[in-house]
Amino acid sequence: MDWSQSLRLIAPEETLSIAGLILLLVAAWGGDKASRLISILTVAALVAAGIMVSPALCGATMGPDASAFFGQFHADAFASYAKVLIYISAAASLVIAPVFFERFNAMRAEYPILVLFAALGMGIMVSAGDLLTLYIGLEMNSLAAYVLAAFLRNDGRSAEAGLKYFVLGALASGILLFGMSLTYGFTGTTSFSGINAALAGGLSHGALFGIVFMLAGLAFKVSAVPFHMWTPDVYEGAPTPVTMFFATAPKVAAMGLMMRVLLDAFSDQAAAWQQIVLFLALASIVVGALGAIGQTNIKRLMAYSSINNVGFILVGLAVATPQGASAMLFYLAIYIAMSLGGFAVILMLKDEDGNYVEHIPSYAGLSRTRPGLALGLAMIMFSLAGIPPLFGFWGKFLVFKAAVDGGMIALAALGFAASVIGAFYYLKVVKIIYFDEPADVVKGESDIWHKLILVISCVVISPLGFFLTKWLGGLTDTAATALFHAL
Amino acid sequence: MIHVIAFYLFAVMTIGSGAITILSRNPVHSVLWLILAFFNAAGLMILVGAEFIAMLLVIVYVGAVAVLFLFVVMMLDIDFAELRAGFVKNFPFGMLIAVVLLAEMVLGIGAYKAGALQLGTPDGTAAQPLGTSNIEAIGALLYSRYLFLFEAAGIILLVAMIGAIVLTHRQRGDTRGQKISKQIARRPDEATVNVKPEVGKGVSL
Repeated sequence: MDWSQSLRLIAPEETLSIAGLILLLVAAWGGDKASRLISILTVAALVAAGIMVSPALCGATMGPDASAFFGQFHADAFASYAKVLIYISAAASLVIAPVFFERFNAMRAEYPILVLFAALGMGIMVSAGDLLTLYIGLEMNSLAAYVLAAFLRNDGRSAEAGLKYFVLGALASGILLFGMSLTYGFTGTTSFSGINAALAGGLSHGALFGIVFMLAGLAFKVSAVPFHMWTPDVYEGAPTPVTMFFATAPKVAAMGLMMRVLLDAFSDQAAAWQQIVLFLALASIVVGALGAIGQTNIKRLMAYSSINNVGFILVGLAVATPQGASAMLFYLAIYIAMSLGGFAVILMLKDEDGNYVEHIPSYAGLSRTRPGLALGLAMIMFSLAGIPPLFGFWGKFLVFKAAVDGGMIALAALGFAASVIGAFYYLKVVKIIYFDEPADVVKGESDIWHKLILVISCVVISPLGFFLTKWLGGLTDTAATALFHAL
Repeated sequence: MIHVIAFYLFAVMTIGSGAITILSRNPVHSVLWLILAFFNAAGLMILVGAEFIAMLLVIVYVGAVAVLFLFVVMMLDIDFAELRAGFVKNFPFGMLIAVVLLAEMVLGIGAYKAGALQLGTPDGTAAQPLGTSNIEAIGALLYSRYLFLFEAAGIILLVAMIGAIVLTHRQRGDTRGQKISKQIARRPDEATVNVKPEVGKGVSL
């Protein structure tokens, strides 16, 4: 192994860590007054890291060229694609945060720094080539996330969300570690390539238990049913910018990690894990759709919506083909755009006194009082439901196409049927804002950054987004190829 | 011979002090016996040639965990008599769990000894080079092959520390903290005043 090559390949991670350490010093001396400056510098660091990873994505780096530290770290096109999505989400949740936290007098200099370290951890997760790298990245992300969930510590709901997330997350980490130790014990190695080689002769019972426990731990992190219980509570309780962060970046990271584990380390054992992923996918789609129907809080609704979407993304994983992986990555990009837009809208729904309105019936008749906002929300809801002229449809189309091409027609049919249930609650929101008598609650002024994010994501998910399909499809295909050639 | 004597000495002491840990009436004594048990376990580890784990036992368990226990025991006002009150009632249940655990261990070890478990063969990355102590071997791996992960683990600890401070540290208005710079910047002529009080009038400052 070449040290200089390894150090060059982890340049984005180095940039983020050094930026984090320096900004921590700025925070120590500048105090909370410097939090806006630190936010700006953090966004700059994320942009710089994003620029650093893009050559690997555009140049289709894969295989040994991208492998650093004895294969513990893969800085290939797949990792770069996921990192770009992660950095965009992290930057967006920094940009929208100051207005929200300043309202509660809680804008603190540590917020951008914790988001930065969480993004660093997620970057390590999607580059993992070893069980140790996987766990270190996951914990770095999770620890920062627990603190972020409880960031409004004087608010009971936020503290509750943080505690719940911490206790359940620690349990999931324990289950994941147990699975990893079984895998290590029965294969004799922690590296993905080593595990792959050791299992080439067949899967022993011990290693099978290892896969099952690891999948349970990872399913918790992507909040797939039946490990989804924490999601609505944490999403509702956490401060809205943090919820926006949770709904976007960690999904990409955990999904990328799951793809690495299943399609690299256990790629020859597809028969063993496919049925588990199939169940996770279908259960998430159905429970996510049914659970959302009774919700009256918009953040809880978005939580169930994210569970539902994770189910659709897992359909691509269940197929276990490069086409499925590519469809997943495409879906993730669209999902990020929809979620960022959705939470930007939620942050713009304020009453006269500037309080955030999360109760859905209060949005009645929004189209007459705030037509622009209502249009944005309606577009996002239609796109999440996957209704054709909008871009959300294309993501669902790609995963189902991958499922059909992979010979899983029954799965595609079931998923398609369940997506109709999902459309119900999205349309219910649209009905409330367009056809109900105005409740006249939402009146507050919106911040320019929130508008900007909403406009950008609406352009992406509008029919104009279809101009992106060729370019984005090329990138996801490259990334999926890199994933299958990582070892 | 000395090996065997040392083994039995450490083993008997470990089990004995472990038993007294549970049985002693005073919780502070329990913690002290626990520390003795840790020391003897460390001795056992040295006998099997794992001196790194022996040191970890002393540094981490005695140095940190046991001292933490001691603090908890001394600071929290726990009524230990009440804790023990359910002992007789829960005894059969506890025994049942112990028997189940024992049976599982016997079965597991039996299956392993009979060769029913096909454990993986180590891939050799962590093999100890000949002629080195295992502290050297671990250090050589940790600071070369696993350097990236080692440094990343350091960042995790930093994140944990930031988290603890974010969640618990607050500015309190009702305390009068020390302002060192102000103290040092004070000059004698600002700090003291010469007054000539008249008799029977008192002093106004």
